[in-house]
Amino acid sequence: MNLSVNVQEEQGTAVVYLAGEVDVYTAPALKETLLPLTEQSSTTVIVNLSDVTYIDSTGLGIFIGALKSSGKAGSKLKITGANVRVKRLFTITGLNEVLDIEEDQREEV
Amino acid sequence: MTRISDFIEMKIPAKPEYVGVVRLTVSGIANRLGYTYDDIEDIKISVAEACTNVVNHAYKESSKEPVILITCGIFADRMEVSVTDQGGAVDVNSLKNGECPVQPDMVIEELREGGLGLFLIETLMDKVEISGDSGVMIVMTKFLQRDGVGQDDNRISTELPKQ
Repeated sequence: MNLSVNVQEEQGTAVVYLAGEVDVYTAPALKETLLPLTEQSSTTVIVNLSDVTYIDSTGLGIFIGALKSSGKAGSKLKITGANVRVKRLFTITGLNEVLDIEEDQREEV
Repeated sequence: MTRISDFIEMKIPAKPEYVGVVRLTVSGIANRLGYTYDDIEDIKISVAEACTNVVNHAYKESSKEPVILITCGIFADRMEVSVTDQGGAVDVNSLKNGECPVQPDMVIEELREGGLGLFLIETLMDKVEISGDSGVMIVMTKFLQRDGVGQDDNRISTELPKQ
């Protein structure tokens, strides 16, 4: 029941690697890291969800907050690596319509 | 109407760090009952959403010790999980919505960071009932087979605990 948040920044791009579970307990750490990154104008923030095993509405709420903040600051927010389960939540909630979610290369069944 | 075969009860502090514990426990029970991987994930998310709502909202204006009561009724054809708080009476009708909180034509500023939880529960579970007395009780049912009998049975077996 942990979440690790690692950031790699270079030349106007920040990649946020998440691993573990995003829920009401772990989400504050994600918010603390993600929001300041999206507040930098002309930055592209890429959130890599490849190693996320669980996410719920608290995590989705963080992405909505990050999207708002990037809209204000003029940065970009992208989400990559979501597995089928995680992607399903984005689809059910309609967030796939408003968030930039990159299709995963690996086709999972 | 199938008879209840087993009943499990858990009482935890309404704190963020315990929501994962409930998730793991309920996932273990659902796994034991033979639910599919996808159904177990649906149950996990729904129960976590209900607990998260309690952690975030229920005890804000209450001086009571913040606790969450989780019960799990196991039937031959379904599992009924209830999540109850004692945080005080709320207008349960104000909680119910059903509409997806995110619409494609919304501008970014209109999006809300909260409010997705109940929508997810209603989408992922087969039957959801919300009631309230001295707190909110949400009863969520997942059938073992979606085409099973008993889906029209609107009665619930768990009652709000008297304290």
